[in-house]
Amino acid sequence: MTTSDATGINGDRARRDAEATADNVDAQGRLLAADGRPLKASLARALRREKLRALLLIAPLLLFVVLTFVAPIADMLFRSVENSIVPNTLPRTVVALENWDSSSGEPPGDAVYAALAADLKEAAASKTHTRVGSRLNYEEPGIASLFRKSGRKIKRMEEGNYKEQFIDIDKDWGDPAVWETIQRYSGNYTPGYFLAAIDMEPSADGPRMKAEEEQIYLTLFWRTLVLSVTITGTCLLLGYPVAWLLANLPSRTANLLLILVLLPFWTSLLVRTSSWIVLLQQQGVINDTLVALGILDDQGRLQMMFNEVGTVIAMTHILLPFMILPLYSVMKTIPPSYLRAAKSLGATDWTAFWRVYFPQSVPGIGAGAILVFILAIGYYITPELVGGTSGIFISNRIAYHISSSLNWGLAAALGVILLAAVLILYYCYDRIVGIDNVKLG
Amino acid sequence: MKLRYLLSGAAAVAMLSSAAVAQDMTIVSWGGAYSNSQQKAYHDPYMAKNPGVNIINDESSAEAVAKLRAMNEAGNVTWDVVDVVASDAIRLCDEGLAIEIDPDTMLAPAPDGTSPTDDFGELLVSECFIPQIVYSTTFGYRTDVPEWEGREPTDICAVFDLENFPGKRSLEKRPINNMEWALLCDGVAKEDVYDVLETPEGVAQALAKLGTIKDHTIWWAAGAETPQRLADGEVVLGSTYNGRLFALIEEQNQPVKMLWDAQVFDLDGWIIPAGLSEEREKQALDYIYFATDTQRLADQAKYISYGPARASSAPLVGQHADLGIDMAPHMPTDPENAKNTFLYNYEWWADNRDDIDAKFQAWLAR
Repeated sequence: MTTSDATGINGDRARRDAEATADNVDAQGRLLAADGRPLKASLARALRREKLRALLLIAPLLLFVVLTFVAPIADMLFRSVENSIVPNTLPRTVVALENWDSSSGEPPGDAVYAALAADLKEAAASKTHTRVGSRLNYEEPGIASLFRKSGRKIKRMEEGNYKEQFIDIDKDWGDPAVWETIQRYSGNYTPGYFLAAIDMEPSADGPRMKAEEEQIYLTLFWRTLVLSVTITGTCLLLGYPVAWLLANLPSRTANLLLILVLLPFWTSLLVRTSSWIVLLQQQGVINDTLVALGILDDQGRLQMMFNEVGTVIAMTHILLPFMILPLYSVMKTIPPSYLRAAKSLGATDWTAFWRVYFPQSVPGIGAGAILVFILAIGYYITPELVGGTSGIFISNRIAYHISSSLNWGLAAALGVILLAAVLILYYCYDRIVGIDNVKLG
Repeated sequence: MKLRYLLSGAAAVAMLSSAAVAQDMTIVSWGGAYSNSQQKAYHDPYMAKNPGVNIINDESSAEAVAKLRAMNEAGNVTWDVVDVVASDAIRLCDEGLAIEIDPDTMLAPAPDGTSPTDDFGELLVSECFIPQIVYSTTFGYRTDVPEWEGREPTDICAVFDLENFPGKRSLEKRPINNMEWALLCDGVAKEDVYDVLETPEGVAQALAKLGTIKDHTIWWAAGAETPQRLADGEVVLGSTYNGRLFALIEEQNQPVKMLWDAQVFDLDGWIIPAGLSEEREKQALDYIYFATDTQRLADQAKYISYGPARASSAPLVGQHADLGIDMAPHMPTDPENAKNTFLYNYEWWADNRDDIDAKFQAWLAR
């Protein structure tokens, strides 16, 4: 009934519009505006001006985001393939090495050493020889000190017979493995960091997996994923009832509860993490209480800290508000009368909840789960403190390579993979749940 | 009228603040008790001598290498003097992020005229690094463990002896020191340790030895963790920096003793970042000249139990400023404590750290 009414009204308006504009049509039959321009062009111009004004309004923010967020991240990610330091510092050597056959098992000829001497002399003068040494040392241990040592002695090197002189400085200059490394990493770009990030290494016959005892990153990626999903699950399990309570209690009690949810949110992360250590460690409050009550004997104290259990507990606590708040704001909009109506129509408590209430709270679950999962996947302080060896994340290794080993290329490669994984998961999520179905309030 | 006052006021403020900026000097260190000891021994006397200089403390030494690199790439170095451990100094020097220092022209000679090169001796491990203190990584153990039946550990291998010394251990979550200790207790002679460790079999051997206590070990990342765990009774034995254990034993009176055997000496000191303006670099060098002289280094030992890096400072070490106890017996370099020490090989670790660390972390994660 209502539909036919609507068409009726629309039909009337269309007819009236057509009559009113019949005088304003040009030769091609285009509608004209009051100033005689085609209406379409006029409208487009107005819209364009509107858009430009909107763009100008957000321009400061846009510029800020691009400069402080997009550009640095892009720059950092670019480092995962960038390798120009080697060809830039050792230009002659790189060219001279091109024709050397690394499978010969012999060090290259004297021409390469002569090129190296010329390159190193320049590099030592501008003090860049140690930088290229550090870069190559990530691939072949020992190259850093080789370059450091040679840079010191290069000034006193005499003309001619370079090969012998270099091997005199350090016998490693006669080691084909060193030259193979220089040759392999002589391009401006390298896939080496990405290979290392997935536990592979380049070899004469293509990339291969590293030896088992050196594989670490794939394990950590997988663990990060599994633990993040677990943490999201426990947050949902604990957060859902709390959010429900918050949404259904009288507002005075609900506000008090909300403060209790937010209070830990405002407390320092380190304080919260350390309190969990005090509570959960083997000589901690919980174990002491269980032993005192006679539930555990002194030898059988539970190991709840410095492993993945500790990580899951501490991070669930830290991320819980990110689950509760979106859930609460969605549940607040579900009228309680729906549940009452369901029950009055004969539904059991469970059916009323599961068929009527729960589907309406799904957008909140979606928002909470995405927030918690994405925050969890990048966390590193808490796992570092409470994770021991079995509860650390891939982000801990990224942090190590950024701040300690200075292997920013590898850190960038690990970061790119993590970012890609998150984007793929997000895409899957969008296909399965639908991102329009996510509501923050 | 009003506007003129306002303008001249603004101009005055601008001049004042630009003058203040010119004399600010940012010194980066580790924070906590350590920065405190530097404040009292170096910063306060320096500012008293140079009233125009205002020293600003920054507690970023733990991230110094990464931050300096970022600052250098951005072309805006905001730090003037940075306190780092020797291995970081070597890395910074290699990356061209710190300036080279010539000890004999840029540092103060000893009171008796000994040149700085001889006074610091072999502690000058990098061209960019001016050593300040010798600290050691060593073990502390609880004295009240009932299962030990009164036995007390006397040598490093007690760490691997679960029969006589059962209980949890606390070890650092990195290969440095742990690998050396493991090999020493697996029958490798001290002078052969790094030769053995350079081979894959040596690494496997060290990890296998560590594997015997892996299930009984909690790993630490920050120096404060071991003292905390010892105090809680969570571990019975653990490695950390000797100054942390000093605080735990002497200041907090916990039932803990030091096991000095096979302590590993390490150095902490200053570097000056590359890329400073000429004026700031001059100021930083002036500060370094003052802060690393014989008396200043000895003064720092009044506040913290780390040994001064100059030979000429050792006789001047006095008593703790608050506790009033003699500090000499608490120094890692004291002959009684240094009967069996292990020298950390910087050059070797600079080369092999990345490789061994990868293997060590993979081993930990398994």
